[in-house]
Amino acid sequence: MGKAEAIAPNLKKAGDPPIIAVEGLDACFGEVTILEKVSFEVRRGEILCIVGGSGCGKSTLLKHMIGLLRPAAGAVLVEGVDIAAAGEELLNSIRREIGVLFQSDALLASMTLEENVGLPLEGLSALSRETVRTIVLMKLAMVNLKGCENYYPAELSGGMRKRGGLARAMVLDPKVLFFDEPTAGLDPINTAELEKLIREINTGLGTTIVIVSHQVDLVRRLADRVMLIDRCEKGIIAMGAPEELRDSATDPRVREYLFRPDAGQGKG
Amino acid sequence: MGIKASHASYALRVQSAARDELTLSLSGRVSLDDADRLLAELEHLSTGPTVAVKVDLADVSYMDSAGVLTLFRFEEKTRRGGRALVYLNIPERIRGVMELIDRQALTILPHRGEGARAGFVEAIGRAGVRLYTDFRSLMTFLGDLVAALGHIVGHPRDLRWGDVLFTMRRTGAEGFPIVALISFLIGLIIAFMSSLQLKQFGANIYVASLVSLAIVRELGPIMTAILVAGRSASAYAAEIGTMRINDEVDALITMGFDPIRFLAVPKLIATVLVLPILTLYSDIFGIAGGLVVGVMGLDLTPYTYLQESQRTITLFHLISSLLKALVFAFVIAWIGCQRGFQVRGGVEEVGAATTSAVVTSILLIVVVDSVFAVVLHYVG
Repeated sequence: MGKAEAIAPNLKKAGDPPIIAVEGLDACFGEVTILEKVSFEVRRGEILCIVGGSGCGKSTLLKHMIGLLRPAAGAVLVEGVDIAAAGEELLNSIRREIGVLFQSDALLASMTLEENVGLPLEGLSALSRETVRTIVLMKLAMVNLKGCENYYPAELSGGMRKRGGLARAMVLDPKVLFFDEPTAGLDPINTAELEKLIREINTGLGTTIVIVSHQVDLVRRLADRVMLIDRCEKGIIAMGAPEELRDSATDPRVREYLFRPDAGQGKG
Repeated sequence: MGIKASHASYALRVQSAARDELTLSLSGRVSLDDADRLLAELEHLSTGPTVAVKVDLADVSYMDSAGVLTLFRFEEKTRRGGRALVYLNIPERIRGVMELIDRQALTILPHRGEGARAGFVEAIGRAGVRLYTDFRSLMTFLGDLVAALGHIVGHPRDLRWGDVLFTMRRTGAEGFPIVALISFLIGLIIAFMSSLQLKQFGANIYVASLVSLAIVRELGPIMTAILVAGRSASAYAAEIGTMRINDEVDALITMGFDPIRFLAVPKLIATVLVLPILTLYSDIFGIAGGLVVGVMGLDLTPYTYLQESQRTITLFHLISSLLKALVFAFVIAWIGCQRGFQVRGGVEEVGAATTSAVVTSILLIVVVDSVFAVVLHYVG
């Protein structure tokens, strides 16, 4: 049994060790450095939003956090385990604790919604087909997609595909859910529905949520903490609760990005 | 004096001309299509020893950004000639367009130069590096593919049999009609061409031997492989490439699947199972093509033709033909999938990967066939 499997359930307690710790991370593509010496922690049960301008390295950072990219230097620790150094078995046990909703929803076009949502159970568990089906139907109902299990992704609207991707991301009841631009390409109604789902998952299941987005109004409504990345600095220039940043941030870039007068109303 | 430019949309004329000052009057609509003509006319009218040039814009009813840019270009040339240029009576709307244009931006050097064309030696060097990188990437993928195949041999339940059957249908059943037709026609052509010569010596019966031997030993396996490479290697590359740019491959990794085991191995197994069967069909239809010419053009009976074919083809020929098909199938799946996984950027890379999958797999099929030809020559 892997180390990550022996972890206590999600609890939002002061003094809890961070669920994810990024330590001195350097991210490079060839000779181009995207992020330099990035360090931060994701607290258990929080909604952390990573924001920044286009090309600042938000999605690159997310790919490092979920183990798709290896850091050029530094480490990403999920529940204390360095995912770049973990073996396949340990990595799989860590992946059970992680769900990802990609920007393009990433549902496999050749599979029905039921098969798509059931995939992680097939890959990371040894449950019977009947149990898998029941879990899948439950998750589809949770994202308001009951009755849609036999549809192929191409037959669904953008909002439904996103919710299908979310059902797949949370099918293993992960401790951390990652969202890469979750509302990109969605209309306001679908955006609001997805936002409500994210909030429900966070409060109802206690799931830690990491959102990469450049939709400032969504971030201000959802985030417990916001992390702002800057392309020129190649790293974090501000981190804190939205209200805290609004009241005390002195860096003009923070105000310019997060608190422009024409941006929507904030959480606080 | 000078010319009075007339155009459907604008008019340019000399308002007054003194020794030290020339005033031009522009009127009407000036737009993108007039840019070059207007500049030429402005330059033509302002030739002379005048010290200052004035352009009166009072009667201009419309001027777009290209029109304003033309004025700026004229101004730049005039100033470079050591003369001053002044605009008179600028309408408010044109002033707004003038303020929109950043004149400094027109002369700033680009961040990245156009890049000098590589010399002959440099071009060869770059091609060599590209070739080496591609070779290394192909070999790395081959290693991963063999490792994944090894895992499946040890754990057959991990194989997605549904995907294997689906690919067998796409590659085999759906590819069968075209393979049958092409093989039939190739058999027909060979029989017809060889009969023209053999008829002169009364050796019609040897048409059957020639056709069956050529089809079974060489043309059946290679024609089938080339057709399957064209249909399926491209399809594999396009499918996997599209999955890459849609994050589907990344999603598989985060769900704990090995993408090569999940996507490439079923395609490999399906192709390896189906190609020998298609090759057998190709042999049968090729011989049938020859039979048609033999019976209809050479007065042979079907029985005689088939008996002669049977006498010519040995079990060794048949086995070597199927062995070739197995290796060709491996090459097609290997290259098709590798090119798909290689896709990194956007949609345009999927097209490039598809083309590359077909070209590389056909090239490798011919290379492998050449090796087979030499080896079988000595073994047979």
